Amino acid sequence: MIEFFGEVSAWLSDPANWSGRDGLPNRLWEHVSVAGVSLMIAGIIALPTGVALGHRGQGGILAVSAVNIGRAVPSFGIVGIAFPITLSLGLRPLGYAATLVALVALALPPMFVNAYTGVRQTDAALVEAARGMGMTERQVLTAVELPLALPVLMAGIRTAAVEVVATATLGAVVGFGGLGRFIIDGFAQRRFEEVFVGGAAVALLAIATETTLGWVQRHSDRSHTARKDRATGPPAGDDVVETVPVG
Amino acid sequence: MIRLVGVSKVYASGDRPAVDGLSLDVAEGDIAVLVGPSGCGKTTTLKMINRLIEPSSGTIEVAGRDITSMSPSQLRRSIGYVIQQIGLFPHRTIAENIATVPRLLGWNAGRISRRVDELLEMVDLDLAMRTRYPAELSGGQRQRVGVARALAADPQVMLMDEPFGAVDPIARGRLQDLFLELQQRLRKTIVFVTHDIAEAIRLGDRIAILNVGGILEQYDTPADTLRQPANDFVVDFLGSERGLKRLSLLVIGTVPLEHGPVLAETATVDEARRVMADHGVDWIGVGGDGRLDGWVPAADLDGRHDLSGLSLRRFQSWLTVDASLIDALDVVVTSRTSVAAVFDGDRYLGMLTAEAIARAIVQ
Repeated sequence: MIEFFGEVSAWLSDPANWSGRDGLPNRLWEHVSVAGVSLMIAGIIALPTGVALGHRGQGGILAVSAVNIGRAVPSFGIVGIAFPITLSLGLRPLGYAATLVALVALALPPMFVNAYTGVRQTDAALVEAARGMGMTERQVLTAVELPLALPVLMAGIRTAAVEVVATATLGAVVGFGGLGRFIIDGFAQRRFEEVFVGGAAVALLAIATETTLGWVQRHSDRSHTARKDRATGPPAGDDVVETVPVG
Repeated sequence: MIRLVGVSKVYASGDRPAVDGLSLDVAEGDIAVLVGPSGCGKTTTLKMINRLIEPSSGTIEVAGRDITSMSPSQLRRSIGYVIQQIGLFPHRTIAENIATVPRLLGWNAGRISRRVDELLEMVDLDLAMRTRYPAELSGGQRQRVGVARALAADPQVMLMDEPFGAVDPIARGRLQDLFLELQQRLRKTIVFVTHDIAEAIRLGDRIAILNVGGILEQYDTPADTLRQPANDFVVDFLGSERGLKRLSLLVIGTVPLEHGPVLAETATVDEARRVMADHGVDWIGVGGDGRLDGWVPAADLDGRHDLSGLSLRRFQSWLTVDASLIDALDVVVTSRTSVAAVFDGDRYLGMLTAEAIARAIVQ
């Protein structure tokens, strides 16, 4: 055991592991950038759609389906499906494209569902009062529904981000870089200290993502109703919307 | 000011109309109360006036203009709107909430700020409330903010949907008082929805009683509705104690008063005994010339010649001329003398008897 940590420490102190294409900084950058780009693409698709459908109260069935499909299909499966598709479409670079498609598909459901539900669950009395005072539909959305839906929206982004950061590891299986490289290559070559470093780096990155976005989410709550709750933070698992009203 | 002509609302899903051929005129400065059991279409009717619901047929005019001649948001900015749940925006301060419509109308910041102060004062709220959030206020305070917000752009017309329905009875009474006081000053044209007939009688200049399916059964002043209910439905809806409810609307000034068994100090005891016999009472009041000094029981007169020098008892039960007949009745039935002395300021006007009140009920 002590010997193993000695190997880990030796790996970490080897300058070769801190520079170049195979170095930790570059792999971390690859990991973060593919996660960031896929979250951005998913956000551009899912957030406006969810918000618009939530405002109109349409698309409940779509939201329910999105949750269920998102839960049912395993991440590894999505990568597996994405690889031959990007291959046949000729998308380059091959591993990157497959990883990106898989991660976007993974991030879409939580973002869409939370955007939809966040807007949809705005207190009907507020919406009626806003309309009754002469706000246009757009003003109802931007001045009332969106500010109040923000924490739920942020919870969706947070959930998606943590899943994407964790799953980006699988990109290495289809030839993409990222922190998964250390795990796959280290395993193949029985360099377990390298597997350990890769695993630990992914775990730390996921925790950092969760913590940062959790903080942002709590500070996006502008409802001024739950001041006491806010100090202690929301109960675990309570912020990801699980049931969606159909209508 | 507000005119509904043959307005109906039929929902695709419903087998009968929610509102059926309703015609209604609300005069400028009046409070028209729509009242009826659930399913009578009172809220639907209200929401058709600001186009939150579009009528299936018929026309609605506000201030002489067909409401379909302007955009819904334009129309709504010119009409104050208050709902039972209030709908204050939790993410905005009280000042920002009140400023909603002025901001939509593009007023400048200075004008909005002055108007917010003015409105807070109008609804009896502390100016320190400006920077608070709705969650920090009590239900009654929130409802006041709701009213202030609806009044913000000084609309001629107000629509109020059970605005005091969600607060406790004591706060509701105070809000009703405040509301009537404000209305005395502001003279808005108001359509007010409630399911509470007592509230309708108290607040309405006219009451529209609606039956299930949006059928107008009677549209009249509260006093006339109570005196002459149009049909059995209205009688039923007004409930028991119709006479008492009517008394709450009438003031003493409308009822002829009796001079009562009252004589001047100089009157003789014989005279007093005759007056007591005529009135069938065993006491005599002493006063005259717009004064009423007190009364004595018949027994005190024994062995005296006239009414001077008696130790007079004060009337425990006296009323001012603007008190309601329901208050008067309460005084009359609980007083030793079975009458209430009525004063206008210091001036004695006369006696009110239970018989006079009973006559007012059936008039």
